[in-house]
Amino acid sequence: MRNMTRRAALAVGAGAVTLTVVGWNQGAHAAAKEAADDVAKFTGGKAATQGKITIELPEIAENGNTVPLTVSVDAPMTAENYVSDVLVVSEGNPNPGVVTFHFTPLSGKAEAQTRIRLAATQNIVVVAKTSKGEFYAAQKQVKVTIGGCGG
Amino acid sequence: MITRREMLQVGAATAALVAGGGSLTRAFAQQRLTQEELLKFDPLGNVTLLHVADIHGQLMPVYFREPSVNLGVGEARGQPPHLTGSDFLKRFGISEKSAAAYAMTSEDFSALAKSYGKIGGLDRLATVVKKVRAERDDKVLMLDGGDTWQGSLSANASKGQDMVDCMALLKPDAMTGHWEFTYGEARVKQLIEGLGFPFLALNIRDTEWNEPAFEAMKMFTRGGVKVAVLGQAFPYTPVANPRWMMPKWSFGIREEDVRSQVDKARKAGAQLVVLLSHNGFDVDRKLASRVAGIDVILTSHTHDALPEAVTVGKTLLIASGSHGKFVSRLDLDVQDGAVKGFRYKLIPLFADVIAPDAEMTAAITKARAPYAKELARVVGQADGLLYRRGNFNGTFDDLICAALLKERDAEIVLSPGFRWGTSVLPGAPITMEDIHNATAITYPQVYRMPMTGERLKDILEDVADNLFNPDPYYQQGGDMVRCGGLGYSIDVSKPIGQRISGMTHLKTGKPIEPAKEYTVAGWASVNEGTEGPPVWDLVEKYIAAEKTVRIAPNTSVKISGV
Repeated sequence: MRNMTRRAALAVGAGAVTLTVVGWNQGAHAAAKEAADDVAKFTGGKAATQGKITIELPEIAENGNTVPLTVSVDAPMTAENYVSDVLVVSEGNPNPGVVTFHFTPLSGKAEAQTRIRLAATQNIVVVAKTSKGEFYAAQKQVKVTIGGCGG
Repeated sequence: MITRREMLQVGAATAALVAGGGSLTRAFAQQRLTQEELLKFDPLGNVTLLHVADIHGQLMPVYFREPSVNLGVGEARGQPPHLTGSDFLKRFGISEKSAAAYAMTSEDFSALAKSYGKIGGLDRLATVVKKVRAERDDKVLMLDGGDTWQGSLSANASKGQDMVDCMALLKPDAMTGHWEFTYGEARVKQLIEGLGFPFLALNIRDTEWNEPAFEAMKMFTRGGVKVAVLGQAFPYTPVANPRWMMPKWSFGIREEDVRSQVDKARKAGAQLVVLLSHNGFDVDRKLASRVAGIDVILTSHTHDALPEAVTVGKTLLIASGSHGKFVSRLDLDVQDGAVKGFRYKLIPLFADVIAPDAEMTAAITKARAPYAKELARVVGQADGLLYRRGNFNGTFDDLICAALLKERDAEIVLSPGFRWGTSVLPGAPITMEDIHNATAITYPQVYRMPMTGERLKDILEDVADNLFNPDPYYQQGGDMVRCGGLGYSIDVSKPIGQRISGMTHLKTGKPIEPAKEYTVAGWASVNEGTEGPPVWDLVEKYIAAEKTVRIAPNTSVKISGV
């Protein structure tokens, strides 16, 4: 079982926005801090170990308004040891919160797919919480470009 | 492992001719170069791969000057293919002024072009393909890396049909693509249906269900060896080219998908795994270091011509050049599911040396017939060499920028850093064919619009990062956007946002002001609904008025951090 609690796929249909904000938007620093705060809230301040998480995101977004995201966590998913929650936060959007996925042992595997909206080039951070209270983290940079001069 | 420098034979054969200096006469050069020598190959093993890529619509032999500036960043710095001129010659042991030097570098290009003549032409390619097939029989796989259907007047006017019809005679075993997609989904599907061989692209999914949109892999048996060919289309097609032309397809490097396809191929019994890739060389070099189990990557997109295979771990990377100038032959000895030996030769198709294949010549003539008059129409004359390749500028792009500045009455021009486009020799007439060879795209409208200085900076930074991001996976493989009326400094070693400085409006000599609006003309916009006259019309008009095109040395880009 899994469900999306927050603004998952609201991106669709926003129309063709010309992206004028590129990588070095001034709000990026503040947003990264907010994202870190969200992560800290999620982990209760516990340190997360790098690894176990696979993030499938394009290196360069074709359309910042709807970027396909697949997150999977390597976990046994047994009653004794399973991934219960996966937090996804953005370091460059006006609001860092993207989505939290909830899993149970009955989920079979800890994998979820959605589409997210990215305002600019930024890191997406994923943190997984296990039933044993462990935390794992991974991140990936996605570029949102003006485009048009390759070839 | 056998690593012989077959290409040196060509270099050595001609090196002595120019010992006295000056350029040799054409007749003399041709006398010393023979078809037999060009095709000479000591066969090896049980599989032969023939590879062409980035032909860009060129049915006929061409002049094409390779770049004199091709900077590598990060781990690629100073590594092939990021070597030019004398550095390239030294690295590969090629003699100055030799046939190989002419084919693979920009050194003495104009002078050597007169001696060695044009290179390429599908009819010369056909001769080589037929000869190799006759010699190697059921061992041969002929693979086309894509960017085949676009880049000329006849390709654009026939929406790729001329190329498809002529390439069919070569009986390729598979292809992948990039510019092909700019004919739009319906046309691409229509052309693929008639190919008679698979169009492979493991990295394209439909945008609705995220499911594979093309065949990923094809298994062949050659010389008793099971060979899996995986296709990888240009990952950033909907970013570098108009996404609205292919709205149902999503691309990407999709390293995980490459990995799973390689595993699938091995499980299905493949003894040799070949990736027919349009990633670009640096992307493929990184991919080879991260995905195990690929024996050969046939690279393309970045238009590199390398006389040797580059080895990454157990993977061989082949770079076969562009515009139909070369065909690669790679012989492989595959035993017990592993490559035990290989022999490689990048064969330059010197048009005056290799006999044209009559069947293909006839097909080319037929394909070009509807446009023959327009192709041959002379518009003006070139004073100096017109060429495109180079990271920052080329004289043909200087010409386009000058034309757009004038014909669109603009202060600044932005012209795309495409790597395709043929060269025009000093003193030669400029034909409509030449103009279209540098401009033939399906979205040629020249816009005219105000842009702030800040916006211009954003664009330059954005494109520079596509070229100089130290992580190849974030590179798009084009060259820097060409600027008319605008000078700047670039430090290629810096991160995005910090590479570009000193932007200057050349006409006034004043610094570009972030908040000020400038009138900008440009072409190849990826935005839907872009309006304006086609770029080739404006370039034609400009050349016709100039009569003789003179391009002043371009000193408007200051480069550092190399």
